[in-house]
Amino acid sequence: MNYSYTILILLIPIAAFLFNGLLGMKFKPIVSGLVGTIGLGIVFLLSWYTAWQYFFVGGMVDGEFPKIIAMSMDWLQFTDKLTIRMGIMLDPISVMMLVVVSSVSFMVHIYSLGYMKGEKGFERFYSFLSLFSFSMLGLVVATNIFQMYVFWELVGISSFLLIGFYYQKPSAVAASKKAFIVTRFADLGFLIGILLLSFFTQTFDFTTLTGADHSIFESGAAKSFMGMSVFTWACLLIFMGGAGKSAMFPFHIWLPDAMEGPTPVSALIHAATMVVAGVFLVARMFPVFFFQAPDALEVIAYVGGFTSLFAAIIACTQYDIKRVLAFSTLSQIGYMILALGVSGYEGHEGVGYMASMFHLFTHAFFKALLFLGAGAIIHAVHSNVMQDMGGLRKYMPITHITFLIACLTISGVPFLSAFFSKDEILVAAFHHNKLLFAVEYLVAGITAFYMFRLYFSIFWGKDTQYHHTPHEAPKVMTIPLMILAIGSIFAGYVPFAKLITADGRPFESHIDFAIAIPSVLIGLVGIGLAMLMYRKETHIPERISIALGGFYKTVYNKFYIDEIYLFITKKIIFNYISRPVAWFDRHIVDGTMNGIGWITLTSAKKIKGLQSGYLPQYGMVFALAAVVFVLIFAFLVR
Amino acid sequence: MNILNLFVIIPVLTVLGIMFVKDYKGARMTAAIGMSLQLVAALVMTLMYFAERKAGASGEFLFYTDITWFKTLNIHYTVGVDSIAVWMICLASIVVFAGIFASWEVQYLSREFYISLILLATGVFGFFISLDLFTMFLFYELAVIPMYLLIGIWGSGPKEYSAMKLTLMLMGGSALLVVGLLGLYFNSSAAGPVTFNLLELSKINFPMAMQRFFFPFLFVGFGILGALFPLHTWSPDGHSSAPTAVSMLHAGVLMKLGGYGCLRVAMFLLPEAANEMAWIFLILTTISIVYGAFGAIWQKDLKYINAYSSVSHCGLVLFALLMMNKTAINGAVLQMISHGLMTALFFALIGMIYGRTHTRNVPEMGGLMAVIPFLGVSYVIAGLASLGLPGLSGFIAEMTVFVGAFAHTDTFHRVITIIATMSIVITAVYILRVVGQLLLGPLREKEYLEFPDARWYERLSLVVLILPIAIIGIYPAFLSGTLADAIVPIVERLTAML
Amino acid sequence: MIEGIPMTHVLIVSAFMFFAGICGFIIRRNMITILMSIELILNAVNINLVVFNKYLYPDQLQGQFFALFVVGIAAAEASVAIALIINIYRRLNSINVEQVNEMKY
Repeated sequence: MNYSYTILILLIPIAAFLFNGLLGMKFKPIVSGLVGTIGLGIVFLLSWYTAWQYFFVGGMVDGEFPKIIAMSMDWLQFTDKLTIRMGIMLDPISVMMLVVVSSVSFMVHIYSLGYMKGEKGFERFYSFLSLFSFSMLGLVVATNIFQMYVFWELVGISSFLLIGFYYQKPSAVAASKKAFIVTRFADLGFLIGILLLSFFTQTFDFTTLTGADHSIFESGAAKSFMGMSVFTWACLLIFMGGAGKSAMFPFHIWLPDAMEGPTPVSALIHAATMVVAGVFLVARMFPVFFFQAPDALEVIAYVGGFTSLFAAIIACTQYDIKRVLAFSTLSQIGYMILALGVSGYEGHEGVGYMASMFHLFTHAFFKALLFLGAGAIIHAVHSNVMQDMGGLRKYMPITHITFLIACLTISGVPFLSAFFSKDEILVAAFHHNKLLFAVEYLVAGITAFYMFRLYFSIFWGKDTQYHHTPHEAPKVMTIPLMILAIGSIFAGYVPFAKLITADGRPFESHIDFAIAIPSVLIGLVGIGLAMLMYRKETHIPERISIALGGFYKTVYNKFYIDEIYLFITKKIIFNYISRPVAWFDRHIVDGTMNGIGWITLTSAKKIKGLQSGYLPQYGMVFALAAVVFVLIFAFLVR
Repeated sequence: MNILNLFVIIPVLTVLGIMFVKDYKGARMTAAIGMSLQLVAALVMTLMYFAERKAGASGEFLFYTDITWFKTLNIHYTVGVDSIAVWMICLASIVVFAGIFASWEVQYLSREFYISLILLATGVFGFFISLDLFTMFLFYELAVIPMYLLIGIWGSGPKEYSAMKLTLMLMGGSALLVVGLLGLYFNSSAAGPVTFNLLELSKINFPMAMQRFFFPFLFVGFGILGALFPLHTWSPDGHSSAPTAVSMLHAGVLMKLGGYGCLRVAMFLLPEAANEMAWIFLILTTISIVYGAFGAIWQKDLKYINAYSSVSHCGLVLFALLMMNKTAINGAVLQMISHGLMTALFFALIGMIYGRTHTRNVPEMGGLMAVIPFLGVSYVIAGLASLGLPGLSGFIAEMTVFVGAFAHTDTFHRVITIIATMSIVITAVYILRVVGQLLLGPLREKEYLEFPDARWYERLSLVVLILPIAIIGIYPAFLSGTLADAIVPIVERLTAML
Repeated sequence: MIEGIPMTHVLIVSAFMFFAGICGFIIRRNMITILMSIELILNAVNINLVVFNKYLYPDQLQGQFFALFVVGIAAAEASVAIALIINIYRRLNSINVEQVNEMKY
């Protein structure tokens, strides 16, 4: 089977980036838009073709899906054994991610033709989008962990550039900086994890690391540091990187702020693709986690569970529609991470892994849809805030319907895609840990509640008077919405258990009604509550928030975690580390140097007095010195 | 005719040429032509070097020439290059070339300016091609002394103070070096004639007591130029007062002389002492790395920020050298080249921005990206290279260093490596702070709207620096794979006793 | 050989002259007197040279020759010194050494 054409999947976006970045200003804006979009269209087709070829033409070898290295070249050699190779690896999850990334990216490219129309820096926007697509595609097909790290950083910088797209807006600049620095800090963990892992295993390659041969781990297995084995450390540190990119607690602070970027960017990067990189990383390294560091996996499960609950609670109190969606993203990613944490490896044991990937797949569609829908609304109303909206269903029918579909999907309404994936996650959690299951069960209800709070406040609720009547978005924006809506409905029918599993071997999965029915019920309860409170303008939400008092305020302020971070960075690092260092350097270190200069000068001033110019004094000194010498020679030197 | 002699002859001819032109236009044109020839010569020499290597030349140094210069003291003019020197010469040529164009607008005493600048460059080139320690030292001094004039006459701010401080501290380093070099010289032979020749010295196993005594002299002597903590304070003051091209050359190339000397002379010739004392200097360099980065966060002046960042990055060079394995030393050389290019780029940009806004104080500026996009984008690229973004050279260098440093199995080396890796986060903080305040955000002053974007010579200077940064970042193998022939003998000598 | 006078007597005289010269050199402020002190020192040395020659190596003449040299040089020195002093006097209207301290630091 020849997959060499897959290189084009990477080359086309980077070529588009270079073209738009270097020459974009020379042409009309629409040219860059079309170059980017058509390029991504080709990538989109190639990715689907690759998926079709991989799953259905190539198929399984010896009962499992093979890891195919479609291309590989040496990029940078460190030692005899450690070499970074740049290549393309095809296996079930990377092919799945190719499909997800290219599809969402393509939709976003088309959508942005309408959304960004007339914006200053249109060609810059498209060149950054292409750069992002390149980096993300490179990340998912990475053959080794260092290649992943390389593209990981590139994804980070594209995200930085796109969040800060409106670079004259101070809040956007601050948000982009925050996003980059927080993820960068997490990446430090990733890097150290890579160093540890690669030192003991002497390889970066995923095929070797995740292969059946565990002998490479022997050299480090016995070593431990502070009570944990080195591989547990390595895996935790690597997960730290993943947590940074996926905005898991406590690195979640950058994601809500990242909503300063243009909405299509939020849809692409901060909902569907980049933020699931952490999930993808853990999935990619799953055998290492599972066999070498089960403790780390346990930590991952709890981090995921906690974040999903935490974010879901915050989402109920936010008014900025993009922020609600951002917290909802956090919560959903928490689900995926948790599913990986509770997963086993072989056969049906590995249902968590499968469910995680499954949810990643479905989430990409419905969350991109939600964001693009939100974009259409913002485009029409010129505001992000829920209070400025209401009754929009009359003005924007297509957006309304597609948004409703997405809301129903995320709430886990039966036979829409997320119903299947969420059900599998709950099954996995139920078999592993009842506490986590309970948390996720609760979160399912909260999710339904806040999504419909959003939905009702935007499309129903009060009849807001608008300055100028909102209008439906142009076709170029609504068509991607419709396509994604179709995806959200039907993505759940992809037989994931047959295609993407932890050990590469298919297994039978079926809906566990004992778990599915209660979870649907709690979803409906959430929807019902939201309908009660927000469908018509009522005073219930206000009364509840007053009743909760301090707790509500804490949640509304996102548990003050931003403030804590700000305190640590601004107060502690700036004032108590950096400032003293600067002071120390100027006054102590440099002071010593200046002090040496000062001593030299002063002593010179003192000594020059000897050169008085008085002849008798010279004579005196001369004579006395002669006497001294005579005495020395007479008595001491014999 | 040995091609290496060109690196001394071309600058000298250029200097002579500049003496005979009338005005500043002629001076800068002559300088530009001379340095373009130099750049071409460097590239040709690189190609020739690798062609010969490919053809099977096996000597440690190629293009080897040995001319007796001072017979009674056995001083020679010995030249030869290995791959490290080849790349350092390329780096120096690129930076000098870019420096000439970055100082295109110097009109005050312009002939003298270009003459001093090119003399400095001569010193740098001479240093890299010399194999005789005496000539090497001579060129080293030749590179340090014009600095005094360049900063003292064409500088800004407290220029006399800075020039004096820089020169005196570097001279202090030279004083240590003289002791070290004479130590090597007089111990080089028990019976026969003593020698300064690096190749001959490298065959000698000096007695341990002698190594222990002289190693600190040599390492600290070169280390001062490589901004070794706590002897780095000439760097912020010197850089901030120096004119653009001098900052570029100084941070970009001259500081690399320190690293190169530490490796080539101190560590290569006195390997046992290097092994024994590495831990002291490792602690100092680790402090340099983190301390420089923290120092940079607090600074407000663009040049100070960059000077502290240089302290941090050059600390990484010495840090990697002291790790003493192939990967780490490879990384150190990469870091020298990468830092040389990117810091030159930074200083060039700072000079150009200063030329427009007439201030270097970051809080007084803002929103420049909108008015001078070319400079803004270049600044962002330099910043990204500095914080180690993949696809630019900084990443390659840093990763090689870290992987190499991590290969040590004991806790001490591990812990300091992890501390050193933290600098990449701190770097991100100060770089993004500057980019955010300086370039992004709303336009701060109305008058910014009248700023012209980069002129042709500015663009040329920037592009010449950005291109290699990007090429190394995208295709590092052409550089990092070629250093082995120089590094292997050094590492073998360093690890021979273990 | 000078009968009856031991060498030490002559040496005592010369030592006395020498220290008188030194004291004069240090204490006196007038340049001419200083010059005279120098002459005293030189002549003390001359006596020593001649005496040592005469008492210790009567068959040789180097000491006496050397004394002659010193006399000659002292003459030259005196003439140069007097010339200097005259010039200093013309400029400063004084031959007090305390006022001639321009060459310092």
